[in-house]
This record gives sequence, C-alpha cells and structure tokens, in this order.
Amino acid sequence: MSGRAWFATPLLWVGLLFAALLLRMDLLRPVFRWAFPETTPLIYDRASFLELFVAHLTLVAVAGFGAAAVGVALAIFVTRPAGGQFRTMVGTLAAVGQTFPPVAVLAVAVPAIGFGARPTVIALFVYGLLPIIENAVAGLEGVPHDVREAADGVGLSSRQRLFAVELPLAAPVILAGIRVSVTIAIGTATIGSTVGALTLGTPIFDGLVANKLPFVIEGAVLVALFAILTDMLFARLDHWLRRRRGL
Amino acid sequence: MIELDRVTKRYDGRSVVDDLSLTIRSGELCVLLGSSGCGKSTTLRMINRLVTADAGTIRVDGKDIIAFAPEVLRRRIGYAIQSTGLFPHWTVADNIATVPRLLDWPGPRIAARVKELLELFRLDPAAYRGKYPHQLSGGEQQRVGVARALAADPELLLMDEPFAAVDPITRDALQSELLRIHRATGKTIVFVTHDIEEALRLATLIAVMDQGHIVQSATPLDLLEHPASDFVRDFVGRQGLGLKLLSVRRVAERVRRGESAPGESLPQEASLRDALSAMTAQRTDRLPVADPAGRPIGIITLADLVR
Amino acid sequence: MSRQARVPAPPLATPRGIGIHDQVLFALVLAAAVATLISGFVALAPNRLVSGVPASLWISAGAAFTAAIIVTALLLLAVSMSPQHPAALAAAALLAGAWLLLTVAALGYAARTLIVDAPPAARVSAGPAFWVVAVCAALAFVNALQRLRAGLVLMTAAVAALCGGIILFAITGAFDALSIVREYAARRMLFGAALVRHVALVAGSVGPALLVGFPLGIAAARKPRLQGPLFAVLNLLQTVPSIALFGLLIVPLSALAAALPRLAAIGVGGIGPAPAIIALVLYALLPIVRNTVTGLAGVAPAVIDAARGMGLTRAQIFRRVELPLSLPILVAGLRIVTVQTIGLAVVAALIGAGGLGTFVFEGLGQYALDLVLLGALPAIGLALAADFVLHMLSALLPGARRG
Repeated sequence: MSGRAWFATPLLWVGLLFAALLLRMDLLRPVFRWAFPETTPLIYDRASFLELFVAHLTLVAVAGFGAAAVGVALAIFVTRPAGGQFRTMVGTLAAVGQTFPPVAVLAVAVPAIGFGARPTVIALFVYGLLPIIENAVAGLEGVPHDVREAADGVGLSSRQRLFAVELPLAAPVILAGIRVSVTIAIGTATIGSTVGALTLGTPIFDGLVANKLPFVIEGAVLVALFAILTDMLFARLDHWLRRRRGL
Repeated sequence: MIELDRVTKRYDGRSVVDDLSLTIRSGELCVLLGSSGCGKSTTLRMINRLVTADAGTIRVDGKDIIAFAPEVLRRRIGYAIQSTGLFPHWTVADNIATVPRLLDWPGPRIAARVKELLELFRLDPAAYRGKYPHQLSGGEQQRVGVARALAADPELLLMDEPFAAVDPITRDALQSELLRIHRATGKTIVFVTHDIEEALRLATLIAVMDQGHIVQSATPLDLLEHPASDFVRDFVGRQGLGLKLLSVRRVAERVRRGESAPGESLPQEASLRDALSAMTAQRTDRLPVADPAGRPIGIITLADLVR
Repeated sequence: MSRQARVPAPPLATPRGIGIHDQVLFALVLAAAVATLISGFVALAPNRLVSGVPASLWISAGAAFTAAIIVTALLLLAVSMSPQHPAALAAAALLAGAWLLLTVAALGYAARTLIVDAPPAARVSAGPAFWVVAVCAALAFVNALQRLRAGLVLMTAAVAALCGGIILFAITGAFDALSIVREYAARRMLFGAALVRHVALVAGSVGPALLVGFPLGIAAARKPRLQGPLFAVLNLLQTVPSIALFGLLIVPLSALAAALPRLAAIGVGGIGPAPAIIALVLYALLPIVRNTVTGLAGVAPAVIDAARGMGLTRAQIFRRVELPLSLPILVAGLRIVTVQTIGLAVVAALIGAGGLGTFVFEGLGQYALDLVLLGALPAIGLALAADFVLHMLSALLPGARRG
C-alpha cells in the first residue's frame, strides 16, 4: 500500500481520534460543561483512561491469544484421524455454547471463581474459544478434497500437508473466527467492570450508578472506538492475507 | 517396470479390485480403461499407496512398495488428477516446485526446472510463473498439474482422468502434448480414463477393467481386432470400428518409399484416419508423407489405407 | 459466524475388538469422575452472601445416591468399551439420561439433608462437581443420540422426556432446600414480572427489527450497489459493545424527553426500555438483512428464469419462488437474532430496562451468586429454548432438505 493510500484510510483517522481522546479527554471539558452545567467533576478522574485502556486491552489480548492458540489446536485435533470421534461433540458444544449469552457466562463464571481480572480473563477465554473452534473446523474441513488428495499424492507428510496447505488455506476463515471472538471479548470485558475487572467500561458503570452522564459518554465513546478500531485492524489483516494468496 | 500381483481391495466387504494382476513395462503408456466404478482409479491409487491394498503385492522396478514410507514413494512417482488439485494459495512456480522442494533441491536448480517444464508445456515462463491457479484457464491449470507431477523427473507418472474436465479442443491439444512428452522422455505412464477414443489415441497398452477385474490387456490394435469377449467388443463399440482401426495405425506403416505426389504432405506419425481425412478434404487418392524434419519420404494412397 | 452449520454424525468405530470404542463417552465419564473426586458436589454457607464450604458427593448425598451414580458411571464406562451396536448405543442413551436425573435428584436430596442441621440463614448451593457431572451426563446423552443417528422426532422426544423429568422433580419440591430456589421463593412475583419483561423486550425489538430489516434486505438483494454502504454501517453498529451503545443513546433520548414532555409521559427517556429497545433493534438488523440477502441471492437464477419464462409476474415470482426457497435461511437469521437479543437484553438491565438482567446485576452487587444464577440460568434457558424451537421450525420447512 502506498503512503498516500495509507494516509487516506479511516483506520488512521479513527486511530488518531481514539488516541487523542484517550490521552486528552480533558480538552473536551468546555463541551461537557456546556451540556451538563450541574455535574462535577466532568471528566472521569478515578483512573486515567490510558490506564483503563491498557487493562482492558490486556484482558482481551490474553484471552484472545489464548483462545486462538487453544481453539485452533483443538480444531486441528478433531479434524485429524486420531481425534475424529470428538468432532461431532466439539461441534455441538461450540454451537450450543454460543447460544449462551456471554454476559450470563461472565456473571456466572466470575463469582464462582472469584472476583477480579483473572476470572474475567478465564471467562473471556472459554467463551472466546467457541467461535474460533467453529470457524477453524469449518476452515480446515473446507479445504477442497482434490487439494488434500494432491498434497498426499505428491508426497507431503501429514504434518507438511497441515502446515503448508491446510492451515494457509483455512487462514481467512480462522481469522474471521478470531475476529468474532475478539469483538465479543471487548464487549464482554466492558461488562467485566461489574465483576471487579478494570476496563474502559468502568466509567460507564460508575457514571450510571452515580448518575453522572459525562462519565457514561466518555467511557462509551472510548469503548466504541476501541471496538471499531480493533475490527478495522482485523479487516486490514484479512485483506493482507487474501492479497498474499493472489485473491 | 510395475508389477501388480494378485492385488485385492475391499470396501465394506465388497471387492472393488479383485485379485488383479498386471505388468507394465518401462516406457509403456498404459491406459486403465473402464466405466465408472470398475476399480480403475482404485488400482491406480494403490500404486502410490493413496489406497492400501488388502492383499497382493505391488512392485515398482522390482521393489515391493510396502518397503517405502508412503511419502518417500509418492515423491518418486508423479501424480496428476482430473481436478488438478493445484494449491490455490501458491503461484504456478510454487506449485511446480512442490516436490523438488520436498527433496531439498538447491534453489537455482528448482528455478531452472520450473522454467524448463513451463517451456515443455508451451507456457511462457515470464508470464506464467507468478500467476495463481485461479488466474489460469482449465487447460492451463491441467498443464501445470501435469508439470507439477513431472517436476522431480519421476520415472513413473500416474494420471487419473486428467483431461476429463476440459473442453474437447483443449483435450485434443493436451493429448497431443502428452504423446509428445511421452515420446520425448520415455517415462512410464499409467493413465486412467473411461473414454475409448482417448485410450486408443494415447495408449501403447490398454487394460480394460470391469468389476475389479482386467478383462483384457492388449495393444490398441489387438483390442480392436481381437476383442477377448463380448464385453470388450461392446465397450470398444461396434460402430465405427473401421475408423477406430484406422486411428490406431500410423502412416509410417504403409508409406510407399521413394515415390512422390503433389499436395500437402502428411507427417509420418499421423494416423491412417488423419490420412483418410486429409485425402477426403483435398479430393485426392494419394498424398506425400514427410518425416519429423519435414523431408519427403514417400507417398500413401487410398488403397493403402484398407490394405 | 456459521451457526447454521449442520454437525455431521460421528464416525462409528470399528465394530470388532477390545478397546475404547466410544472415546467421547469414555472421556466424559473420566472428566465427571475427576471432578467428583477433587471438588465439592454442594457448598454449605452460613448465609446467602458468603461462599460456602464444599462437601463431597458421598458426604452430602449419602451412600445410596453415591452408589447409584457410581454404578451408572461404571456401566457407561463399560458401554464405551463395548462394540457400537445400536442396542449398546440405546443403552448408553438410557444410562446417560438416568445418570443426569440421578445427579439432579442427589443435589436436591443433599440440600435437604444438609439444611436440616444448619441454622435458618444457611444456604446450600450446587458445587463444581455437580455442574461438571450434570454437563457430562447431558453430553453423554446427546452423544449417544447422535451416534444412533436419531432423527428429529426421537431427538425432540428424548430431550422433552429428560426436561420433563427435571420439571417433575422441581414441582414435587425436590429442590426447595436449594439456595437458588429460596432466592426465587423470596421474589416469586418479581421473577414473573422480570421474565415477562425480558420476553417483551426481546419481542419488542425483534418484531420492529424484522419490519425494518426484511424490506432493507430485499432492497439490498435487488440493488447490490446498496450492499457495500449498508453492510458497512450495520457491521459498525454490531461491533460497538452493547453497554457502550446503551450509554450513547441515553443522551439524545433524555434530551428528546426533556424537549417533548408528551414522549416522556409514555415512557421515553434516557434510562429505561426506550434506549434498550432502540439499541436491540439496531443490533438485530445485521443478521436479518444479511440472511435476507444471502437467502435471496441463493435462489438459482435458472429457477427464476424458468418462472419468468412461464409467465409469472415479478410479485408472483417473489411470493411463490424466491420466498419459499429462501425461507430456511430467513428462519436461520431469525434464530440468530432471537438468541442474540435474549443475551443482549440481560445487559439492558443496567440502564433500567428491567428483565432478567436485574437479578444478575443485583446479585453481582450483593456478591450473592445464587441471585445471579436466578437471572442468568433462565436467560440461558430462554436462549436455548428459542434456539431449539427455531431449529425445529427451520427443519420442518418444506425447503429445508435443499442443500
């Protein structure tokens, strides 16, 4: 991508806006003062937004990387002859599990394990596994039969076939699963504030409880931008993956 | 040389290939011919162990294939299939280089080999090397598929209905190329098809299969002149038998050396059917014959065709 | 997300020889055994706000239940190591069903016996071992049915029988000593109202979303140029976390209510059902529009061409050809949307929209896990029920066998 095209993408502008709000939300103080003359303080002050963002990002990243690694490994296992018997059960679990509302999973799991960030990560990880497994299995099974047969026919070992042929071909589908998983994780982690995790959702809940609308708006805007920015990064990654395959 | 010795394959208790024996000499282009479900593909796939035989032995150059790890065996045997099975995420060059890379050939040697093969199949290396399979036509994909099978210069090439999915004109061109490459390289080729015309055109040896058995294995000419059973006679087709006979004989067999005639000359490798066609088109009963270098070597007459 | 993907039946193991023929069943029984050994079957707490002391299966549920559960598990283990004949699979299904019912009954019994000697404020809740064994038993049941290649009717009947058994226990008061039931007893009226409100929120969002999304989807299918911008906007909306969207809607809606008192009089405001329903409708649009477009695009052009060739008008083609052929995908969209909205409506409680989420967040605020469960379990149940019913509906549609 040329410098000019990079410059023109919404990704850059959304990123800049997010960074600016994250670091200098106080510049908007006059706007908030005009809209909410009676509320003080106007800018959330119990923690810096940067601090909240880093905590939020850490939750999502740890859970997301974990879920991607374990989910893809599980999908590989059930699509090999050795794990074939588990294929149906894993598929059922992934499909049924996704009908569970993520917030219900979080609300049930976290108090059962204990409040705070660590249980939130575990809940996000477990729930995040489901779309990744589902997509990775679909992606691996979607490799055309003739391609798999040709790979065997030219003498690739099953390991070489997996890494050189099946995983690269399934990569866009697997990435789509990770994208869904991470989008859900960002939203669910926001609600994690109610179970003691520190996230960009914390100002929203504090604002709702103390009836301070500016806090709600600040948190909501940052959370929304964070989610949109992440999704845009995934879109870019997907684009890059497909371009590398000449598609 | 490939020897299949009393080979059997069963699925769910039903024999798909039943006690089959066949010997294919080096340099032969052997066509396994039969309708779908007769076991011809299974037979082919047992040779590179994509399917494991339940009984019997298969030897390639005298060695039992069970002695090799399947991957090692397959890297020594070229394999091309109907749907090409090209890796969609790799370029043409990467696809052709698959087996040489598996065999750890040095980079320059691989590049040279890719170029050589693309030229052999009349695909301009500069234009085609970097293309992806989905950017190629069906015929081009098929050429690349066969090129990939030949990449590591295997002594043996297995082809499973490789030209069944392309249009008739492309198929004709691909068949000509395969014949040219077979003559040029002398490779042993085992070729599966259900198309009798294709078999007659390509084969030096045809093995007709039915219900897991070989019902006759013979040269194309023998098959036409002495079908072993009514099944073979029906399969080969009673209609147009004369034309089929003409199509398996070469002009070189009937040429009157030293004589000369006017008209467009026939290559000596052309079939008698081609000769008949040319005479009809040019409204003549005799045509000159030329050797591969284009030098006139004699003539052929209408009467020679039915001699 | 490919939720509508059909799960194929598992391959049957070779029918002869000794060994683990059903690895899935074997693993499930093993997991249940490990959980029972290392974690509590129930937990006894002095009151509803502190976490309890775990008690093992044999201590809490007595010798008879323990023996019955262990014997059932051993029989299942034996089935997993025997050849996979239909008779063995049917036995596995029956045993797994019995295993689940026994475990649930043991939970009720354990609660009743433990609570007798405890002070009045004491609470008994289910422990990790119970949940693991119950889930393993349910999965073993499903696994056996899948291996039997059970059809729709058998599957429905089996699930209904199992649910019926558990409901029967509940009606006869078998679980009355459990903490979650006591939370329910203390809020019987509130619970009914919250459940109704939850369903109303879902229906009140999915209905309007259908009314808007379906025409939008048809328009986008007819004019592919619309699809780019439309899906960009809907994807963006879907990406924004629910609580953020709820929060962002508070401001314009409260401003609107302040400016138009008549709107405020009918309940429109920054807090309450109004922002919740607007947000839920916005979230519901993407799956509806996407499945409408996919469904209509999936109708083979040749079919439409043939219909046109026979002289059907455009409206007739839509009503008699396109709609029936794409109906399974449209129903799949409805299923995804309904399940998604049931979950998102839980979050809506945070902005005062009511519903089952009220108990969840109230419980989280009080650190009362059983109150959280009182909200979360019915929400999960609703989502599963909606998923199941709409699955059945799409399987019964005339076009369901297509592809």
